[in-house]
Amino acid sequence: MSINLDSKIPEGPLADKWDNFKADEKLVNPSNKRKFKVIVVGTGLAGASAAATLAELGYQVEAFTFHDSPRRAHSIAAQGGINAAKNYRGDGDSIHRLFYDTVKGGDFRSREANVHRLAQVSVDIIDQMVAQGVPFAREYGGLLDNRSFGGAQVSRTFYARGQTGQQLLLGAYQQMARQIGLGNIKLWNRMELVDVVTVDGRCAGIVTRDLMTGEVSSHAAHATVLATGGYGNVFFLSTNAMTCNVTAAWRAHRKGALFANPCYTQIHPTCIPQSDDFQSKLTLMSESLRNDGRVWVPARAGDDRAPDQIPEAERDYYLERLYPSFGNLAPRDISSRAAKRAVDNGQGVGPLRNGVYLDFSDAVSRLGKDTVEERYGNLFEMYERITGEDPYSVPMRIYPASHYTMGGLWVDYELMTSIPGLYAAGEANFSDHGANRLGASALMQGLADGYFVLPYTISNYLAPLLNQPVPGTDHEAFKVAENAARDRFRQYLSIGGTRSPDYFHRELGKIIWDYCGMERSQQGLEKAISEIPALYDEFCKDLRVTGGGDSLNQTLEKAGRVDDFFQLGMLMCRDALDREESCGGHFRTEHQTDDGEALRDDDNFAHVSAWEWTGDPSNPNLHKEHLEYEVAKLQTRSYK
Amino acid sequence: MSTKLTNLKLKIWRQAGPDDAGRFETYEIPEISDEASFLEMLDILNERLIEQGDEAIVFDHDCREGICGTCSLMINGQAHGPQRASATCQLHMRTFNSGDEIVIEPWRARAFPIIKDLMVDRAAFDRIVESGGFISAPTGGAPDANLTPIPKPVADAAMDAAACIGCGACVAACPNGAASLFTSAKLSHLNRLPQGQAERFRRTEAMVDTMDDYFGSCTNHGECQAACPKEISIDMIALMNSDYRKAKFKNRKNLSRI
Repeated sequence: MSINLDSKIPEGPLADKWDNFKADEKLVNPSNKRKFKVIVVGTGLAGASAAATLAELGYQVEAFTFHDSPRRAHSIAAQGGINAAKNYRGDGDSIHRLFYDTVKGGDFRSREANVHRLAQVSVDIIDQMVAQGVPFAREYGGLLDNRSFGGAQVSRTFYARGQTGQQLLLGAYQQMARQIGLGNIKLWNRMELVDVVTVDGRCAGIVTRDLMTGEVSSHAAHATVLATGGYGNVFFLSTNAMTCNVTAAWRAHRKGALFANPCYTQIHPTCIPQSDDFQSKLTLMSESLRNDGRVWVPARAGDDRAPDQIPEAERDYYLERLYPSFGNLAPRDISSRAAKRAVDNGQGVGPLRNGVYLDFSDAVSRLGKDTVEERYGNLFEMYERITGEDPYSVPMRIYPASHYTMGGLWVDYELMTSIPGLYAAGEANFSDHGANRLGASALMQGLADGYFVLPYTISNYLAPLLNQPVPGTDHEAFKVAENAARDRFRQYLSIGGTRSPDYFHRELGKIIWDYCGMERSQQGLEKAISEIPALYDEFCKDLRVTGGGDSLNQTLEKAGRVDDFFQLGMLMCRDALDREESCGGHFRTEHQTDDGEALRDDDNFAHVSAWEWTGDPSNPNLHKEHLEYEVAKLQTRSYK
Repeated sequence: MSTKLTNLKLKIWRQAGPDDAGRFETYEIPEISDEASFLEMLDILNERLIEQGDEAIVFDHDCREGICGTCSLMINGQAHGPQRASATCQLHMRTFNSGDEIVIEPWRARAFPIIKDLMVDRAAFDRIVESGGFISAPTGGAPDANLTPIPKPVADAAMDAAACIGCGACVAACPNGAASLFTSAKLSHLNRLPQGQAERFRRTEAMVDTMDDYFGSCTNHGECQAACPKEISIDMIALMNSDYRKAKFKNRKNLSRI
């Protein structure tokens, strides 16, 4: 298969590229838009905003979600906020600074042109969401409030209490609901994508499985958008929702879409530590807490006194000590590794010694309990419900957990995957965050892609297709894909082994976390690469799925998702082994500075690793997209 | 440190499909940590059922942080269980005692037909939002976000209403199966904001009329407020009723002007 890795970055100086693209792109006139059908899979921030906007423009949109309602998508759980270069504080922010912070935060492994465009459209997102009625936090004068987030020295984060993701998603969902009510979007709920169909190298549509009836059916369109989120649940324990999965992206990958940088996963520093083996998921405590909370551990390993019994002099506020200029707001990858070192060093706190303290006692005495409550009240409540401890009087215990995946389907500047007509938006693509994402940037990217990028770029693809016939669902390729999907689900049911899908998912997650988590080494990755296929083999032979295939069966759904996680897990470890450097969330123990910081190798690894499916999960083909830095000069990241 | 609860007896509603009569079945939980969440207990039970060759119990759930609104269980007759202001997924076993018998049912309301076991269909909520639960602001034409200052108390009150997670506990708790708290929360969010004024009365009439197509009538029992995991106040219903009365006059007046 010939692979075209042309990133299609427009001509001109960095700051003009997006305008140049818009000036030159092909357009579809308003009365012709209704002749084009666009499928949007996923209804989180990227999917809902794309579906709503494309429908407003006049395209026929069909939206798919496996939830009962678009409003359940996991974007809803984002807590802290959304970045935008509004400079409402007058504190030195600008589009250039947001661009630079994002490239630097991503450890110089993202595409400059994409990131600059993201920073440019960030300001429009806030305007759009306020017009939708999103109740962002305000000051007494009635203007919008801001807070700071990790990796930035300005306050550019807009927020709605600790529920920013919820309010933004509801805004996008409501905009989409309006178009559903008007008949411009056809919504398919409780439908899961099970395959992507290509005809003559172009994406012709998708095959879905109706979760209520098990019926497998085809849907054809001129263009298809995957806005199906990230793959953090490959670790089993993560802050993702229980049903988050890689299936849509993985099925596209198997049909020819390249998968980029799968080893770039973000481990979020502030989650509630695991309490027992049965745990099903981990809960994030917003990074915004680090604005006012101070991270510390006992200076002496094995100190098991209660936190209020440990005097100041015997505490190690290690982030403030190691990174004085960013302190407790050091970026996520750096904060996570520092926590891991403290715990590995025996300084961990809590019953299992698997956490560090995030202490609000200074903030409470400085600001008063009321102010702290106003800022973080709902987070504190959530913490107390889970742990049974009151964070106003006892420091929180936190530990890093898998939270976000920077890797994803490779896309060009127009967000098109390597399959023409197939787009990927939001967390499902790889484009904007490099090797590490800054806090409050996921919401920004999801909405940027859906509101302000895809609606422009998609017409560039569709315009030349006007009045051209496209393959319908009666095409042979759809029938083949449908039958393959039916066979696959029948197969899960017929194995008749002894173990549930969750069992295999948990075992897979342990391997990935141990060898491809916060720290990776050649030896560990090689071990993972030999262990995963053996476990996968056991999955194929010993899986047990009870119930039938022609009615609602959550066990069967799970089996399909775990199958895809296995294959992705192999690719992740392979990618991590291949990338012989440390950058952002990818930390190879062999590649670190004397004081334990990530050591990049720009001469050999300033590229995107885009993997091609070959039919053998352990033997994919590597393609490289070289990354050029014209404006943000390559330099060693320092937050000291 | 965690302690163990022992000898729990679960009476769980099993129903093969919408047309099945359904029945309670009893399951024993010999031992469970008090740190486990309620849904983790069901996960463990389900894994046991699968490995025994039985069909797992179907229940709705997703984020397990109390924000997506997917989970929905009547636990001992209370929507989302005994803990105030939280969704089922935030309930932990430390709320229960060894030897307890726990009855688990789906939401019971005519507008929420049972799909299977503990899962119900809440699509009627989406129909209400589609009829008017939005501000029509197509992408691209928005003015600067700071153009219209919104007094903080107004923004805060809108946020209090917007916190609704759409779980349906209010409907399940209501003896009439009414959706007044859900509908009024969305109306109070949008109708209070300056951006929401242009469509205020059209929105109110459309959403209330759609609500009436699916749900029972409100008779001010207040059970909805007590069950709401986000503690949304029934004051919102008063605001909705007031706006609905105004809307009935204003919308006619507007029509006569055309």
